[in-house]
Amino acid sequence: MALDSKVPKGSIKDKWTDYKNKINLVNPANKRHIDVIVVGTGLAGGSAAATLAELGYNVKAFAYQDSPRRAHSIAAQGGINAAKNYQGDGDSTYRLFYDTVKGGDYRSREANVYRLAEVSANIIDQCVAQGVPFARDYGGLLDNRSFGGVLVSRTFYAKGQTGQQLLLGAYSAMNRQIARGKIEMFNRHEMLDVVIVDGKARGIIARNLITGEIERHSAHAVVVGSGGYGNVYFLSTNAMGSNATAAWKIHKKGAYFANPCYTQIHPTCIPRSGDYQSKLTLMSESLRNDGRIWVPKNMEDVVAIREGRKKPTDLSEDERDYYLERRYPAFGNLVPRDVASRAAKERCDAGYGVNATGEAVYLDFASSIERYGKEQAKIHNIENASEAKIYELGQAIVEAKYGNLFQMYEKIVDQNPYKTPMMIYPAVHYTMGGVWVDYNLMTTIPGCYCIGEANFSDHGANRLGASALMQGLADGYFVLPYTIGDYLADDIRTGKISTETKEFDDAEKEVSDRINFFINNKGTKSVDYFHKKLGKVMWDKAGMSRNEKGLKEAMIEIKAIREEFWKDVSVPGTADEMNPELEKAGRVADFLELGELFAKDALMREESCGGHFREESAEESGPQKGEAKRDDENFAFVAAWEYKGEPADAVLHKEVLEFKDIELKQRSYK
Amino acid sequence: MSGFFKSSIGRKVAMALSAFFLMFFLLQHFAINLLSVFSADAFNEVSHFMGTNPLIQYALQPVLIFGVVFHFVMGFVLELKNKKAQGVSYARNNGAANSSWMSRNMIWSGVAILAFIILHFIDFWFPEINTKFIEGDWSGMHDGQFRYYHELQEKFVSPVRVGAYVLAFVFLMLHLLHGFTSAFQSMGSTAGRKKVLQNIGKIYSIIIPLGFVIIAIYHHLNHNH
Amino acid sequence: MNLTLKIWRQKDSNAKGQMVDYKVTDISEHMSFLEMMDVLNEQLVNSGEEPVAFDHDCREGICGMCSMYINGEAHGPDRGITTCQLHMRMFKDGDTITIEPFRAAAFPVIKDLVVDRTAFERIQQAGGYISVNTSGNTQDANAIPISKHAADEAMDAATCIGCGACVATCKNASAMLFVGAKVSQYALLPQGQVEAADRVQNMVAQMDLEGFGNCTNTGACEIECPKGISLENIARMNRELMKANL
Repeated sequence: MALDSKVPKGSIKDKWTDYKNKINLVNPANKRHIDVIVVGTGLAGGSAAATLAELGYNVKAFAYQDSPRRAHSIAAQGGINAAKNYQGDGDSTYRLFYDTVKGGDYRSREANVYRLAEVSANIIDQCVAQGVPFARDYGGLLDNRSFGGVLVSRTFYAKGQTGQQLLLGAYSAMNRQIARGKIEMFNRHEMLDVVIVDGKARGIIARNLITGEIERHSAHAVVVGSGGYGNVYFLSTNAMGSNATAAWKIHKKGAYFANPCYTQIHPTCIPRSGDYQSKLTLMSESLRNDGRIWVPKNMEDVVAIREGRKKPTDLSEDERDYYLERRYPAFGNLVPRDVASRAAKERCDAGYGVNATGEAVYLDFASSIERYGKEQAKIHNIENASEAKIYELGQAIVEAKYGNLFQMYEKIVDQNPYKTPMMIYPAVHYTMGGVWVDYNLMTTIPGCYCIGEANFSDHGANRLGASALMQGLADGYFVLPYTIGDYLADDIRTGKISTETKEFDDAEKEVSDRINFFINNKGTKSVDYFHKKLGKVMWDKAGMSRNEKGLKEAMIEIKAIREEFWKDVSVPGTADEMNPELEKAGRVADFLELGELFAKDALMREESCGGHFREESAEESGPQKGEAKRDDENFAFVAAWEYKGEPADAVLHKEVLEFKDIELKQRSYK
Repeated sequence: MSGFFKSSIGRKVAMALSAFFLMFFLLQHFAINLLSVFSADAFNEVSHFMGTNPLIQYALQPVLIFGVVFHFVMGFVLELKNKKAQGVSYARNNGAANSSWMSRNMIWSGVAILAFIILHFIDFWFPEINTKFIEGDWSGMHDGQFRYYHELQEKFVSPVRVGAYVLAFVFLMLHLLHGFTSAFQSMGSTAGRKKVLQNIGKIYSIIIPLGFVIIAIYHHLNHNH
Repeated sequence: MNLTLKIWRQKDSNAKGQMVDYKVTDISEHMSFLEMMDVLNEQLVNSGEEPVAFDHDCREGICGMCSMYINGEAHGPDRGITTCQLHMRMFKDGDTITIEPFRAAAFPVIKDLVVDRTAFERIQQAGGYISVNTSGNTQDANAIPISKHAADEAMDAATCIGCGACVATCKNASAMLFVGAKVSQYALLPQGQVEAADRVQNMVAQMDLEGFGNCTNTGACEIECPKGISLENIARMNRELMKANL
């Protein structure tokens, strides 16, 4: 099947408006007769469910947690971008569009990104109307901060809990519709398959995670907003339950999976402390506004620090290497995430890591505290303020901005970041790749949509900070509710979809068989054993930098782990009860397939772009020496993979990316 | 509005309102008792006025009775509801980690106070009612003298009774130490969590019961027999 | 370190539960409490026993999924954190740790340490929202200035993660801190004023219907709350309800 992105004709500025003007609509009376299933209730799924219900559709929403409010969007800290230009610093829809395409290393679809930038301002208006308590300045107007990879302040925030507040906004909108009976909410339910009838997505099979009951749910369309697949690495900043199962199931039923190798490794996470570690914790990128990243210049100091003979605060300015400021003077500590992560890895690989594992760099607030302290001393007319006083005043400002993050750090690491620099290291955070969708956000299965992080999205090969929240809400509030009408307009006479059909029987049987297999397998190794093993291969061979040899090995090793898993996995308990091990088994089984496709995709893409860094493709000389080298001639396309049984047999379909409104350039942050 | 007092919050507001009334009454009662230390005559005068004034007897006394009964009944009703809401209890619960003993045991300090009030009624109030309403004697006299001061002293002869009295006021203090500021919080006031009012609450909760206790001990040591 | 764990085990909501003793060894002080539970579960799975079911998800203190009553306190002995942020350095070698589910009649146990908190959902559905449709045509976000103070206070109230520690801690299993926080968030913002009276009445009515207890102002909820939600929010809810009825 040839990929048709269905991008409307016309100038980029008018595409979305013209398209909306001509799109098919479903009249309000008919919407009552149409059911839509939404899987996942994060920013994308939650906002979509609420908006579809407001429009009049009957929505069935599914979450594996005990409440929609717990989806992992809640953990996003720093903020949400919007081209409001409230700061008057030259922002515009075009500039947001440009920054996002450039930030994504020119591997995203122009028309989608422009639309995203276009509706971004509406998101802020909508959220404020819902009562989201964004930070404000003393004049009562909304405050902004800046994020990596851009030159304007366009990020709106609610302390360090922006994702939480936005999700609670979407959740409140959902609650209103649940109370009206327009959303039927299925908490503690997990989608285990999609049901295709006559080539269209017509329902799902879900497991009630409390009773273990397998349920059939039908609808005229299925929307998957189940998040990313970062947990394929075992250790990531994702929630423990975050999984790729819904996305992988639709992939196996015909939805192409695009760019799986595009993974974002976030530069500012708390370093690993031991093998028992279950997850990694992110420190918001907003910290890079005020924190300076460094490692010692001299190896003796590194050794002394590791052995506890020296403290980081003992080192003078001359003895520190602020490597981001050194390498990227224009953007300094605010380079995009992929660049910052690789730079940290480069220093640590060179032996300059500052903790016992050698995988940590410093994020230092001392100079910001001093700068703010001096500023405050002036504001408060304190003359000849002592160093301690300046520090105290400065600390108060830093605390007001990042207090909760500093507290979180101290709780985990047991060190006071006001007194000694934080230690950070990159960790898997977000997956730009995902289910391929067209301009309507529909997958290659008619009637099956994919939104938010779960789709291959608008972020190309690298996502800029504060853009995930923007995309999730744009998809859910402002894009999907329109585009889905175009498809559902044909369904007004279809009537209720029966679940008593052969298609549902087959799908349910497949699901039940797999569950029974796990329960009856009685192997010798726990699910986590396999998951950790997979994670290690992924991190070592398909992590921050990749090469042909490693990726080939990864494919073989993952396949071997998968085979061992199906022979030797042990799942205690029964199928008809709450059984967290059984839930994990299903998810890890899917990761074991996805991981291999991931490596295959990374192997195919013989260029470096965004989060995907191929060692074979780096600048060899000139001022950009060592930086990632993109190959626009051969790889300016979206790699959409069609499932053919074994992941190794997946068939590649290319959607060629055309850049009409932005000139393709080397991404320079120097 | 009737729906309001059926709600959990409405009931708390009602508890707080009755508490304010009782705390005011306590202050007034304390003031009169205090008189007994300085002047038997003045005490007799005021007691007689309080015991015979129609406004007090027919208007304020029933309100007081209602206030007392309401505060207790509602206290028990809420306690029962709260017990039910709690469900299964914890095998290990470290209440001291996050709250004061007083706040967690209002029901028990309340029960102790109730026991005292019953004793108090038997001691003073029932004989009063009997004298005035059954026997019809509104003179307030006994053997040609006002009887109030004498009766007061009589009751504090027994050390056991004084002991019980002291104990009851210790419980009252504990009850007030939490109840005073808590009533403000229930009324939706932020004052209860301001330092100033907390200090006033502490002073009130300690001074008033302590005063009652001192008066009792004073009479125990100084009775004219 | 080596520890003895006393854990509440209960097959399902209908079964009778009991405390069961387990031993774990070689626990690092840098582990989080839940990672210690992972070690126990791995141990149980490997010996063919059923692992202990407990709720958890984000493991960074924001989703509100994890619960557990540890040594007599919701989210354990540390302050301002959820169980997933509790670290083993709070305990000593040889300690016995008692681990129970959150207890409240309105939070029935589903299995082991997992409880059903959907009562919170129904309270939110009763009025925890502003009735504004998604249209993209609401007024500009800066059209109504909101004082920084009010916005910050609303934010502090909105920080609630809905974990239920307040209910679990309260000797009356009262949900007032949770409900008060939501009522406050909207009461503090001009957008929330329009429906303020209906909102507080409906949410309180639902809270009562769910069987949560009353507030005795012990203040325990505020201290155990991982997000430090202030008691002020309960006072504000009380005021709002009085105002709504007058």
